[in-house]
Amino acid sequence: MKQKDLFIAFFRSGILGFGGGPSAIPLVHREVVLVFKWMNDEEFSDVLALANALPGPINTKMAGYIGWRVGGFWGMMNALFATAIPTVVLMILFLTLLTAHKDKPWVAGMSKAVLPVAGVLLGILAWDFIVKSNKTLGWIWGSLLILASVIILEFLHIHPGILIAALLIAAFVLGSKKKDKQEKGGQS
Amino acid sequence: MIYWQIFLAFFIPGILGYGGGPSSIPLIENEVVNTYGWLTVHEFSEMLALGNALPGPIATKMAGYIGYQQAGVLGAVVALLATVAPSMVLMITLLGLLLKYKHSPQVKKMTQLVRPAIAVLLGIMTLDFFVNSISPDGAGYIHTIIIGVASLLLLGKWKIHPAYVIAGALVYGAIFL
Repeated sequence: MKQKDLFIAFFRSGILGFGGGPSAIPLVHREVVLVFKWMNDEEFSDVLALANALPGPINTKMAGYIGWRVGGFWGMMNALFATAIPTVVLMILFLTLLTAHKDKPWVAGMSKAVLPVAGVLLGILAWDFIVKSNKTLGWIWGSLLILASVIILEFLHIHPGILIAALLIAAFVLGSKKKDKQEKGGQS
Repeated sequence: MIYWQIFLAFFIPGILGYGGGPSSIPLIENEVVNTYGWLTVHEFSEMLALGNALPGPIATKMAGYIGYQQAGVLGAVVALLATVAPSMVLMITLLGLLLKYKHSPQVKKMTQLVRPAIAVLLGIMTLDFFVNSISPDGAGYIHTIIIGVASLLLLGKWKIHPAYVIAGALVYGAIFL
């Protein structure tokens, strides 16, 4: 019964969540807190904060962890399956169909027309990231980091993974310095 | 060999993509387009657009599709595993520790500092998409401008759902291109 509920909860939030994982979080919240009452609001926001502190897609992290808490290992597998597999199958069917008819002029036209839309979608996403980083880091540091990233990625052609790993290490070092300061400030 | 490559191609974006699935999009592009050459920029953008028109998490949809395209069902399973498993294992094993540090300055700083780099990666990809779109293989200058401006207004200004805008573009393409 529990496994069936888990499947329903994550199948629904997966298949109804358009626009990528983060936009499906309110749907997951609805299922987990309001419909099946596996957690209260506070627990849910704790798990969300925790999931945000780790890399990787947010939705599968939430699904896997909640599945694990509710139904053990198989609960985790079940919730992950319900979140990811139905939409992956849809994607494979849809794209395979499209590729199979690529030589038809109207299908080729569809494929061309969708490119600028993908560009705009990404551009908006990029703009959101710029606005957010200027808000949290201040526009001077935000712009400096953006400029540095452009140089490192586009002109020095360094693998983005290396840049991100370096930034994560910097965050760790900077973060612990700040913490020391706060602790010292608190004592004095 | 191909399975190992597929694993690596999705494992790296999986462990470096801070801020959920969308921030791993440019990292996935870097692996599958630049490193392994499994898809062209055009194919990648097509997959991304159609992936956005379909429901569900974007990172797993892309992993499943590319894995399947390169090495069948087993390829899809490997790609999904590489995307999901590392953070899953971390989440379950480090739970107690992380709950203690969830408000720590390090954790907040991590997402903050990575953000500008992701913004740049997304910006570069956006540029690539438009360069491809105005080339003779794409929609060409005029149609790119028409579709680009229309989608910017619809998505950015009027906040129309991407699924409708993509469906609209598909119809436009079928008729005019």
